[in-house]
Amino acid sequence: MRRHPQDRTLSAPVTVSFDYTRSVGPVLGRFLTGLRDGQFVGARLSDGRVVVPPPEFDPVTHRATADFVDVAETGTVTSWTWVSEPVAGQPFDRPFAFALVTLDGTDAPLLHAVDVASPDEISTGLKVRARWATERTGAITDVVFVPDTGTAAPAAPVAGEGEVTGIVTPVSLDYTYAASPEESAFFRGLAEGRLVAQRCPQCRKVYVPPRPACPVDGVPTVEEIELSDTGTVTTFCIVNVPFLGQKITPPYVSAYILLDGADIALQHLILDIPVEEIRMGLRVKAVWKPREEWGTTIENISHFAPTGDADADYDTYKHHL
Amino acid sequence: MRDVAVVGFAQRQMQDYDGSPTCAELLVPIFGECYEQTGWTKKDIGFWCSGSSDYLAGRSFSFVSAIDAIGVLPPVNESHVEMDAAWALYEAWLKIQTGEVDTALVFGFGKASAGVLRRTLSLQLDPYTLTPLWPDTVSIAALQARLGIDGGAWDEAAMAEVVNRSLTDAEKNEYAVRAGGSSVEELLARPMFADPLRKHDAAPVTDGAAAIVLAAGDKAREVRERPAWITGLSHVTDGLHLGTRDLTRAESASRAAAAVGGLDGVDVAELHAPFSHQELILRRDLGLAEDVRVNPSGGALAGNPMFTGGGIRIGEAARRIWDGSADKVLGHATSGPALQQNLVCVMEGTI
Ligand SMILES: [Zn+2]
Repeated sequence: MRRHPQDRTLSAPVTVSFDYTRSVGPVLGRFLTGLRDGQFVGARLSDGRVVVPPPEFDPVTHRATADFVDVAETGTVTSWTWVSEPVAGQPFDRPFAFALVTLDGTDAPLLHAVDVASPDEISTGLKVRARWATERTGAITDVVFVPDTGTAAPAAPVAGEGEVTGIVTPVSLDYTYAASPEESAFFRGLAEGRLVAQRCPQCRKVYVPPRPACPVDGVPTVEEIELSDTGTVTTFCIVNVPFLGQKITPPYVSAYILLDGADIALQHLILDIPVEEIRMGLRVKAVWKPREEWGTTIENISHFAPTGDADADYDTYKHHL
Repeated sequence: MRDVAVVGFAQRQMQDYDGSPTCAELLVPIFGECYEQTGWTKKDIGFWCSGSSDYLAGRSFSFVSAIDAIGVLPPVNESHVEMDAAWALYEAWLKIQTGEVDTALVFGFGKASAGVLRRTLSLQLDPYTLTPLWPDTVSIAALQARLGIDGGAWDEAAMAEVVNRSLTDAEKNEYAVRAGGSSVEELLARPMFADPLRKHDAAPVTDGAAAIVLAAGDKAREVRERPAWITGLSHVTDGLHLGTRDLTRAESASRAAAAVGGLDGVDVAELHAPFSHQELILRRDLGLAEDVRVNPSGGALAGNPMFTGGGIRIGEAARRIWDGSADKVLGHATSGPALQQNLVCVMEGTI
């Protein structure tokens, strides 16, 4: 984790990524099949305009688009901007132009990229031409535009057959994820081998990790207290299923541990006990990693292990289930 | 129709919020200010409605964590929109109209600085033909700006005038994250960022949160001598396809204004224009008179927290009614690319 410049919170990089996998239906399928085959396909709308890409439904009559038109691969720039600092995923990773390109024979522009080296090489009214990717999948990224020099580079032959029925759009978003100031205090405490909690000034409940506000009362939980590293198992789950990234060989136990003095349980591992002996009320104690391995993380605690003491009375944790 | 007024408003705006993206710790003092302004406690709030987005927070169900700031035992009547808080206000207003509740607290929050905002916003575009190209919001606004320049609807000097006036007004706004006027000449001398847009033509990436309190009838009169009565509220959206829209117009803004019977008599308008040229589009297409005072707060060019920037416009406009400096005001909010969605909220001091 890195410290925030103002030092109030801890933060760490987080990447959220997923492939948007979508079926495209008959209208967009027609358009994307065209792209795969090196052909722009537009639609004639009820008001007579020819537009690319074809909308799925007519903006005036709301009827499904049915009148498809093959359209030229040459056109005119009707607006443009210079992307001086491209972001990840854009058609080029160096400065380039985004433009509105009105293809010849159409009445509405298409937003796409134009491959020019500087803003001096693009202007409104510039004639452009499609440059097709050698390998095309039936996606809007199968093509970019270049200034039209009058000679067409023919679209490369395509291996695909049949209609394009779906697209996969990889999405990956990078964040600097900050812990709240209260969570940050918890993680900083862990780096010193301490378990920092906070008490709500109204309901007196003790939260660990501390939260920005007591979810019961909506007030900051300002009073900081330190908890011991012993507690009681309130509920548990025996993990039998292997999964990607798993660090321990199953079967093993993941449990809710109510630290002594806390009002909400902390989730952690229970080891050093046969899984069939795990039970509610079991008294456990944190097993810390060697101090030189500590950081601002809950992983400083390797796991919890039985203390050997008698089980806690059900009444002592029945309100914390 | 029930008479409903804006009676409370609190906000925070900052460039780089040093806290979690769920903003719960930011909302606690904002709710506190709302309680102070109204003399209420959370028990007096009949309905809660928030606007935020998990794409901004980088985690799922971020709005659920934010609800910690309310304190929800006993449970509260609550809803959420993946929209600016202005649309949460619309839902809350409807809820009051149904008669189910008399009061509502609307809030929005977002930590835009946690990710790359202009890139994240590509995810609000057509997912088949646009998002795969990752057209960032600034580029799309720049394409819109050039269309207007080429068509003679506005020029770079008019855009710089909007910036200069906004940043001059922002000097008096303690929440502004960008402030300080200079001159049209000085602004035009600065380098292009997304030709024809310079950095100051775009709202700064802003973190923040805000809350607005609504109340019906006598509930509103108990709180303020001069509640900001909502006399017109409407929202309209244009289509998904950028190509089939006339980007030099905000047709949905015109339709929203028409739906509230036009904007004649408005003294002050807070317009949610995240780009300088968009204020020029809105001024024209909302049909605002020449003498309407636009964005005395400095507007979105001085600070534009995502999911709050529109709600803040409504709150800023309502304040002019409360303090008696205006009789009829407009709070406007936009969402989506290139002014796709528009909401107008007309408020008056007397009904
Ligand atoms: Zn409490």
